[in-house]
Amino acid sequence: MSVAEPPGRSDPSGRGSAFSGATGGSGLTIVEPLIFDASRRERRAVRFPKPSEAARAAAAGQPELPASARRRGAPRLPEVSELEMLRHFNRLAHLNHAIDIGFYPLGSCTMKYNPKVNEWAARLPGLAESHPLDPAQLSQGSLELMWLLAELLKDISGFDAVSLQPAAGAHGELTGMLMTRAYHRDRGEGEQRTKVLVPDSAHGTNPATATMVGYETVTIRSNERGGIDLGALRGALGPDVAALMITNPSTLGIFEDQIDQVVAAVQEAGAIAYMDGANLNAILGRFRPGEAGFDVMHFNLHKTFSTPHGGGGPGAGPIGVSARLEPYLPAPMPVLAEGDPAEVLANAWALRSTPGARFELDDDRPKSIGKVRSCYGNFGMFVRAYTYIRSNGSQGLRTISEDAVLAANYLRVRLHDAYDLPYDRLSKHEVVFSGRRQKREHGVTTLDIAKAILDHGIHPPTIYFPLIVEEALMVEPTETESLETLDRFVDVMHGIAEQAKTDPDAIRRAPTTTPVGRLDEAAAARRPDLRHTFRDETEASMA
Amino acid sequence: MSYSPHTEADRARMLEAIGISSVEDLFADVPAAVRASDWQVPPPLTEQEARAELARLAGRNRIPEITFLGAGVYRHLVPAVVGEIIGRPEFATAYTPYQPEVSQGTLQSIYEFQSLICELTGMEVATASHYDGATATAEAALMACRLTRRGRVAVSAGVNPDYRRVLETYCSGPGIEVVTVPVGLAEGGNGTTDPGSIANLGDDLACVVAAQPNFYGQLEPMAELADAAHRIGAQLVAVVEPISLALLEPPGAYGADLVAAEGQPLGIPPSFGGPYVGLMAARMGSVRQMPGRLVGATRDAEGRKGYVLTLQAREQHIRREKAASNICTNQALMALAATVYLAAVGPEGLREVAELSVAQTRHLAAALEDAGLAERRFGGSYFAEVTMRVPDAARRHAALAEQGIVAGYLPEQREPELRDTLLLAATELTTDDEIARLVQALGESR
Amino acid sequence: MAYPDDLRYSKEHEWVRVEDDDTATIGITSFAADELGDIVFIELPEVGSTLSQFGTFGVVESVKAVSDLYAPISGEVLEVNEALRDTPELLNSDAFAEGWIAKVRLSDAAEMDALMDADAYAAETA
Repeated sequence: MSVAEPPGRSDPSGRGSAFSGATGGSGLTIVEPLIFDASRRERRAVRFPKPSEAARAAAAGQPELPASARRRGAPRLPEVSELEMLRHFNRLAHLNHAIDIGFYPLGSCTMKYNPKVNEWAARLPGLAESHPLDPAQLSQGSLELMWLLAELLKDISGFDAVSLQPAAGAHGELTGMLMTRAYHRDRGEGEQRTKVLVPDSAHGTNPATATMVGYETVTIRSNERGGIDLGALRGALGPDVAALMITNPSTLGIFEDQIDQVVAAVQEAGAIAYMDGANLNAILGRFRPGEAGFDVMHFNLHKTFSTPHGGGGPGAGPIGVSARLEPYLPAPMPVLAEGDPAEVLANAWALRSTPGARFELDDDRPKSIGKVRSCYGNFGMFVRAYTYIRSNGSQGLRTISEDAVLAANYLRVRLHDAYDLPYDRLSKHEVVFSGRRQKREHGVTTLDIAKAILDHGIHPPTIYFPLIVEEALMVEPTETESLETLDRFVDVMHGIAEQAKTDPDAIRRAPTTTPVGRLDEAAAARRPDLRHTFRDETEASMA
Repeated sequence: MSYSPHTEADRARMLEAIGISSVEDLFADVPAAVRASDWQVPPPLTEQEARAELARLAGRNRIPEITFLGAGVYRHLVPAVVGEIIGRPEFATAYTPYQPEVSQGTLQSIYEFQSLICELTGMEVATASHYDGATATAEAALMACRLTRRGRVAVSAGVNPDYRRVLETYCSGPGIEVVTVPVGLAEGGNGTTDPGSIANLGDDLACVVAAQPNFYGQLEPMAELADAAHRIGAQLVAVVEPISLALLEPPGAYGADLVAAEGQPLGIPPSFGGPYVGLMAARMGSVRQMPGRLVGATRDAEGRKGYVLTLQAREQHIRREKAASNICTNQALMALAATVYLAAVGPEGLREVAELSVAQTRHLAAALEDAGLAERRFGGSYFAEVTMRVPDAARRHAALAEQGIVAGYLPEQREPELRDTLLLAATELTTDDEIARLVQALGESR
Repeated sequence: MAYPDDLRYSKEHEWVRVEDDDTATIGITSFAADELGDIVFIELPEVGSTLSQFGTFGVVESVKAVSDLYAPISGEVLEVNEALRDTPELLNSDAFAEGWIAKVRLSDAAEMDALMDADAYAAETA
């Protein structure tokens, strides 16, 4: 098997820029200066009206801004024409890989297609222009949407209540652990329960969250099959344990096949069972954590429910909880104040409003941990996720997980000859390979392999995570990639494994077709350059 | 509506390759005792049905014809180019820029964002952004605790009540005490924080959190608050409104150690509360205690300039339980909106927006006073939002809402002392006619 | 891998060089620096602070890792290597000389017995 050589990088001297006007001759290869470099005095894009004479006259008796509070000198924002700035950002866009451009099998991130009808919905003026503090009678649509989404998430997860407020997965974790502590305190066990158990395969956010809530993290090792070691878990559980935080399916892409025993052991010890729901995409319709006895879980709407990742956010991290944690949920909560819930749901499923139904925000929650974010959460993400869940419907959600798991297992069997597979078991949403063979035999590291993948127009898998897998390559294909795309990825990965044997230096030089080559991250961290330096600052520092 | 690309033949081929006969076998590892029971999720919708449902919900909202509501979320012009750029799939459907060679668009835009926030605030370093202004404020206070190795935080009652609630929730985690510094809300008060009250807060105080302008629109004596905080070894966390920084002294100039802000006014629609973008800025000497992502400039082997996520050893994915924060994501797409907005308006445009917002707020206050309908509750100066004394405010606020006019925010919802007041905001979008109609409607509601 | 004979080593990969009766220099080993990769930052102890043997006294960061520093011996910090603040890469390039971390007034010379010699450390890291 061989893979076509990627084209070489074109002559750097021929590159154009949005500002030089010299785009001809360099094709679409772009080096884009900072927007500040295009700034010219008096250039303008958007203009605004001047205050009217009437306004000036009427305001004459009002207090002036005191001189002491006034800024001296305008901020040096760029002064550019609208076309120049538009080109600048459009050209920057060209420097990104994205799901809408190509395959993005980044493990643990669920880079699936983000349907465009969701974007259409989020931009509806009736939703986008809705002010969070408008009187409730003006916001019935927003409140109903939040209430409906929470009802759907409850049903999907088997939990008794859902708060949409957390803005991201890690934020959901923080919320859930603050609630865990409030629960134990309420029972008089707040002082005694000081530890949170976290498997060694967990995301870094789990232990970091435990610390933010004042808990001590105890790491539980994985067994030789990649699951949590039940003996080690039972040994660690006790009256001093507040919670277990467990990711299921795990970061190894493995379903904890003793999960019923894990939950039972945690409950028996009087601790809270927290499920990190990052990998829910694999188990829709197959496993409902609330039903299985978990007390709390965060959803990642930007993973399972397809809201776009936006280059690192915004996301949304609602949490579902069991009845015993419900009193501690963040306030306020959208509630149906008047109307029959079953009727409202039935009507909504039939695309109808319910006459007389009234929604409001319930802020009277005396045991609540408080607010974790201003307003009610990332509402725009709720619109997208609601649209997505309704579009897919019951059968569609089940198909999502079936196809996601099918694709991950397909890649597992197609690639395990070329790459080591430390845990060769049924996969769920993702499969974790190891590049240790390539490193040991050919001196090609997993980082090198990832960079070589870039030259094929594919985003590499997550690398060096989970920490318990040496030279880890974590591949999550998702359900929206065609078999042709999966097969091409298999060919690329085989080709790279072959090239590691025949021409390892070429892999160590990769990537060669990207706008920049490997960047010096050590230099970036040793002497941080975190903002633009204006020319007069440079002159001042030299003077 | 399904987004699956697979034909039945594709699925059969994959099952065969795996060596199983049915997709059911893919879930054999879920213990029988905990397999999901049935759910009540409704059947799928076609695109036109999904649109009808979302249009139904959007239609159930009533976007007010006229509004003077701000209270932390402001209605400004969002230039068309902002939506155009953040709608681009290369920005919207990319992940966190972990592979910098194919993420230079996101990375460079964040570097520009950090540069712009530093320039607006007069600070030396800004993060790649936080969830919102409230969480940025809370994280800044926790950062001040780490920097000073102290465990108490003072927050001015002039800080947005939502932010104060979030701050208290965050501080409850590590057991940090939050004390509230009162503002003069009483009749005849100036509606600001008294710098003289800081000295008595004790020598174990990590920071004073104060807002400029404050929640009630009043201009705070920030330089005096900074001095008072510094005299007891505490830091000043300045919570600011970014558009105001076109006219107001930047926090870096009055001695703020940390700055937090809600970036929503910079090109982001209200969207019922989010997504927004939290801004955080600090002095360079504090950078290693900053929470959240940072982008830095560097070069590749051929000497070409490029951008990377940097100083990552602060963050949870490396430091785990010892991390400065559990924060993982930033709000990259919303930070991009703010970046595009600031480039689109430029220094002149930002000044125009700020000046017009201030002018229309003054116009509004004067018009209400001239009509004998309201008086300013506080002395001193206000910025683009003003607290007005209005008899029977709650009833009249509700009556106007029925007519599609939102007469600002009712402070008494959170602050009983401010009974019968309205907090009114105007922006560059507020017209003279809208002010006239508010005056008329409020007059008729007597 | 051979290590300098005149040093003593801890299991946590720090080294000690006794300079005279009561002062010593400490640092991290080249093995530790290689394991960490490109070191980008070191949090140095404060002059005048007191170290206790095997207790933490600072942090060292590389691009993708972070590690606590453990004092190989007890004593008062007399001087720190200021050059590391701007050029932490000295820890990678010259761990046993230019990359020294601190000079310490020894409080208990007998603690040296708890450390390894070069051969033992080489065996430990093999």
